[in-house]
Amino acid sequence: MRKVAVIGVGSSKFGVRNDVNVAELAFEAFKPSVEDAGISPKDIEFVAVGSTGAGAWYEELLPAVVSAEYCGLTGAGLVRCEAACASGSAAFTTAYWAVASGQAEIALALGVEKMREIDTPTMMEWIGRAGYYLWEFHNFGVTFPAYYALYATAHMAKFGTTEEDLALVAVKNHKYASMNPIAHLQNRITVDDVLSSMVIAAPLKLFDCCPVTDGAASLILASEEKVKELKIDTPVWVAGIGYASGTANLSKRLDYVGLEATVSASQMAYKMAKISPDQLDVAVVHDCFTIAEIMAYEDLGFCKKGEGAKLIREGQTEIGGKIPVNVDGGLKAKGHPIGATGCSMIYELTKQLREEAVEKGRQAPMKNYIALAHNVGGTGHYCYVTILRR
Amino acid sequence: MAAMPSLKSREIKIVQDIPISKTLPFWEGLKQGKVLATKCKKCGKLYFPPVADCSQCLASDMEWVELSGEATIETFTHVVVRPTTFQHEKPYTVAIGRLKEGVRVLAWLTGFKLSEVKVGMKAKLVAKITPEGNLTYEFTRLE
Ligand SMILES: [Zn+2]
Repeated sequence: MRKVAVIGVGSSKFGVRNDVNVAELAFEAFKPSVEDAGISPKDIEFVAVGSTGAGAWYEELLPAVVSAEYCGLTGAGLVRCEAACASGSAAFTTAYWAVASGQAEIALALGVEKMREIDTPTMMEWIGRAGYYLWEFHNFGVTFPAYYALYATAHMAKFGTTEEDLALVAVKNHKYASMNPIAHLQNRITVDDVLSSMVIAAPLKLFDCCPVTDGAASLILASEEKVKELKIDTPVWVAGIGYASGTANLSKRLDYVGLEATVSASQMAYKMAKISPDQLDVAVVHDCFTIAEIMAYEDLGFCKKGEGAKLIREGQTEIGGKIPVNVDGGLKAKGHPIGATGCSMIYELTKQLREEAVEKGRQAPMKNYIALAHNVGGTGHYCYVTILRR
Repeated sequence: MAAMPSLKSREIKIVQDIPISKTLPFWEGLKQGKVLATKCKKCGKLYFPPVADCSQCLASDMEWVELSGEATIETFTHVVVRPTTFQHEKPYTVAIGRLKEGVRVLAWLTGFKLSEVKVGMKAKLVAKITPEGNLTYEFTRLE
């Protein structure tokens, strides 16, 4: 396996994007990524697309094909990757393998999701089915917030985590989203706003949940040889990739206070990158619900199990703290266009590591120039952890 | 935001026929008030939900066993915002309980006030036929 770098990144504006279809949204992220890398579409040999709702919450069944044609990529090797909410990371990993293996010099990971073409109850229906339909949805109507609420209840019962602690995650992530012009929700909120918002699936309330968002993000990956040939100033190297999965039935998990897939995937990524969590300068973690960010702190080793709430209470995951987390606003406020999220995380970290084009108030201070992305699919059904190093 | 111009896609209705021939005794059992699990005859692993094939030893020789229904609730949530096909239901409580036999079950929890539901409490898993005729099972009060 050879070294692989991210040499170009692009993102669409996140939000309700009823002005564009899936291919047009993909283009919006793709164009700046090739411009950033200084290449043209025909230089791209392999394309991995992350998208989940094809034919369900948007009309195209083959989004990779329509997006590739629209972006001038027809002819390149092409695949769509599905790992639920981690589809973008699955696409990134696939593109990484294409280059690391020596089979491609330049590959593209393109995440795109159109989620706002259908009504909210139908969206709750589709995403609720993203587990084990037969045994957990068919008779019991478990929604996506409900799956994470099961974890929240158990975490609160075991470790004394409170609804206020969960609210602090939302408050922090809205704060950073307010400084991020591509974020879906750019309003500042308070703990009281979260606590008084409507109950979705107790104990989770509206402001504990990420919004339903349209968005796309595009990443160009290249070999070390190509990086030299193209004279890339600030390549961001893929230092580690880890992956794991969890049971389809939530009833078969070991416990409900953490995601085993996160623990396994992160240990694999740390080992490959030969680093420990305390060397990270910044992280983006999968905060589809506030409880998910608290569990991620623990499962990724930012603190001990059960101490995630303490970390947020002390402000350790803000800029100036031990490890700034989700300074782009996270899924919670930047938005969570399911199949695009993994690519969007790498987009943000690449900008952070380059110390460029990130708004002043949300640039994490760099010491080791190492960053981590944590992307969960489903409720711990899939997990990818990526470590980048400048 | 002003509504953006759009086209309506062609409408389709999707209903899948989900095969249950390999777990038919389970669904028949529910009609008789029993909640059944499967146990691998080769390695002895107990499965809920029931399966026809053992993922531990890959044998396909299973026996049916009736569960005691004695459960300890490990976690729960109260679902207020419901999906399309559950819009007609009142908000419902979903729980995961561990049965005496060691397997866990995810199901609705009924018969309790929400304020009474606690992690660690005991409940009974019972078979149920819904008013619409659906075969299901739920956690409820110990009688
Ligand atoms: Zn067996």
